[in-house]
Amino acid sequence: MWRGEILALLGPSGSGKTTLLRLLAGFERAAGGRVLIESEDVTALAPARRRVGMVFQHYALFPHLDVGGNVAFGLHGTGEEGRGTSGAVAQALALVDLAGFERRKVQELSGGQQQRVALARALAPAPRVLLLDEPLSNLDPSLRERTRRELRQLIKRVGITAVFVTHEQEEAFDLGDRIAVLNAGRLEQVGTAEDLYARPAGLFVGTFVGRANVLRGAAARALGAAEGEVVLVRPEQLRFGVPGLNGVVAERRYTGATAFFQVTTDPGERVEVQAAPDAARVGDRVSIGAASVLRFAEGGQ
Amino acid sequence: MSARGGRTSGGGRAGLAGFALMLLLIWLVAYPILLVVLDGMRGDALRAFVSRPGEWQALWASVWVSLASVALAALVGVPLAFLFEWLEFPGRKTLGALIALPAVLPPFVGVIAFLFLYGESGFVARFLQYLFGFQDAPWHLQGAGAILLVHTYSMYVYFYLFTRAGLARLDASMLEAAQALGADRVRTLVRVILPLIRPALAGAALLTFMTSLGSFSAPYVFGGGFRVMTTQIFASKQNGELGIAMVETIALVLVAMIGLALLRRSEGDTILVGLGKGAAPRRRQLTSPHWRIGATLLGWGFTVVLLLPHLTLILVSLVPYASWTTETLPPVLNLVNYGRVLSEPERLEPLLNSLWMAAASTAAAVGLALAAGWLIVRRRVVWRAPIDWLLNVPWALPGTVFAIALATAFSVHAPLVFRWVLVGSVMLLPLAYLVRNLPVTGRAILAGYRQLDPALEEAAASLGAGWWRTLRRVTLPQLKPALTAGASLAFIGALGDFVISIVLYTYRNRPISIEINSALRINEMGVAAAFGVVLMVVSGLVLGLGARR
Repeated sequence: MWRGEILALLGPSGSGKTTLLRLLAGFERAAGGRVLIESEDVTALAPARRRVGMVFQHYALFPHLDVGGNVAFGLHGTGEEGRGTSGAVAQALALVDLAGFERRKVQELSGGQQQRVALARALAPAPRVLLLDEPLSNLDPSLRERTRRELRQLIKRVGITAVFVTHEQEEAFDLGDRIAVLNAGRLEQVGTAEDLYARPAGLFVGTFVGRANVLRGAAARALGAAEGEVVLVRPEQLRFGVPGLNGVVAERRYTGATAFFQVTTDPGERVEVQAAPDAARVGDRVSIGAASVLRFAEGGQ
Repeated sequence: MSARGGRTSGGGRAGLAGFALMLLLIWLVAYPILLVVLDGMRGDALRAFVSRPGEWQALWASVWVSLASVALAALVGVPLAFLFEWLEFPGRKTLGALIALPAVLPPFVGVIAFLFLYGESGFVARFLQYLFGFQDAPWHLQGAGAILLVHTYSMYVYFYLFTRAGLARLDASMLEAAQALGADRVRTLVRVILPLIRPALAGAALLTFMTSLGSFSAPYVFGGGFRVMTTQIFASKQNGELGIAMVETIALVLVAMIGLALLRRSEGDTILVGLGKGAAPRRRQLTSPHWRIGATLLGWGFTVVLLLPHLTLILVSLVPYASWTTETLPPVLNLVNYGRVLSEPERLEPLLNSLWMAAASTAAAVGLALAAGWLIVRRRVVWRAPIDWLLNVPWALPGTVFAIALATAFSVHAPLVFRWVLVGSVMLLPLAYLVRNLPVTGRAILAGYRQLDPALEEAAASLGAGWWRTLRRVTLPQLKPALTAGASLAFIGALGDFVISIVLYTYRNRPISIEINSALRINEMGVAAAFGVVLMVVSGLVLGLGARR
């Protein structure tokens, strides 16, 4: 990772994203390999000595301390707790737009405010890396999109390197500079959102990131694949009225600017096509061609 | 409070029943205390109390012994809780349960077990005499030190259980957050863990303080010339100075109330319900063999030391009368004492007395608690607050207080003010047990009632069931866990009681504890121990039944 980068760890549940994050924080022990922060090997270092900031999924704010006490907690031993803290605490709180909240009790705050206190607390000791475990999952859906943008702006303003865990692709795309896709404990691909969408390293990334039709056998060959190859094609890359696959429109889902058509092909597979809402009607017999497809060897890359 | 059944009944049959229950509880709980206060406040007793330095010494002794007991019990119980809750070692589960056992065994049994182990002619003293060739016992187990030792032994359990519960509720991410913010272990402990489990610690401190303030068995057996308020009250009563005993009782009540208020305040607002859900910290698998062996030894060592008195009791119960004089270990072991306890009518009687009195008082307490639960939770009668309060008051007052209060209230024949002569009858002691049992059955059954969905009873009613059928087929089966828990604790409490019994017993209803006490006086250690073991076994069985679902 480069300094100041935001990396998203994306994957289905159980894929090891949180474990990886906790490994970076030092709460899990690595069976092998090393963790380097600013070229320093911290693999054997206790969490308390790694100088990483962490925002927990449920924030883990100390309920017996007020907002100021929570934020000041990490300043202990830097010589700043006590006399000097009020300045550092105020600064950290101002950063997250909570100036003047020092004496408030944490349980009096809204979910969004609690999240920002957790962020201020993690940032106050000036860590080298910021780790966030599903930072937005505890918020109302209506709040998430705005918070996501604010969070990104804040991290960029501070200029800190950040790693966050999410299982939502939209969140990863929006918040991360680059995205690491994990599956079943394996790192599948690291790249920008465009990389992952347009040039997935494998079938898993291709289907996990974005909508995709996966075709095998005759249907795949009809779209130009060789024997034994699997074809992955995005709905927006499929066109009606172009020779390729033949089938009948089974369903139409209207979303406004476009519509999604479920087509049952003659070989019996279901294909999703994105096109203009008036491109076809349910029951129409259509032929479908592909503007571009991704071809993979069966079971492989 | 609750949306459903939000009506409150002031009038009607339920209201009337509530009023009647409140009057009954006032008569049982508040009235006797009130009489003591009224009687004690007139006459010279008050002046005598104020002018005698011994009284103030005893009062002060009660306070400082209780405070010291809290500190010592915490010193043993809290580290023990951390050991058993956080570290993984062989035998942890079994030992962790065993170590909580003394909490449910009768205190008096614990005290005599202690006597047999650490007393002047106990095993430890004999062993040291044998080892170093002392002529006399190396110590006298007497005075404040001895009392504190016994209290520590029997009350660490409160801190142990409360702290374990607090630690189990701790959110692991809190600890990780502290670590991520650079806190080392000591700082995490002091700044995060201890504040988070403070309510549990305060609860344990309150329980220990109140138990210690009311403790009678230990000061009675080990006090010698050192008097605390409970033994002072008993001595005054024995000397026939009833007026003084009443003033002393009032003084003890006041101290108990002040202690309760102070500790309640220190408990503070219970804000410490975590914000997130979060799982409890994982138990540490000790990887270093040294630590692993250390933790295992510590766990086993603690358990053995803490359970040793009760094991001693079993051993002493096997020693026939006069067969063990100067030897380090008893030369003869057999079951003669049990034979005597169970076959001599003179000895069997106390056993049967204890059983029927415990059963009767428990049944009555359960009945009252069920009625209170129905009236408070279901019918929400206007008297629900005083009923709830009256059910709980006996918990905060030492047993000696109620013994004196009931002895005072029921020594006069005045039916017009609801007083009859019960002193000297067999009924007074079970009545006192009943009063003492009200809090434990009341709390359990009220809690059970609050968790019960009222829709179940409504469903039964809509299906045509009358109140008796609803109670028998729906309510009682649902309440069964709370009922058995409350009833078994009440039964054990009454069965092993010594504090109240020694004030109120008559020859015809003398209970086991009194028989143990007289056996000790004539040096029949084996018989006393056999009775103690019987008490322990019956308590254990009842508790086992109560815990089964």
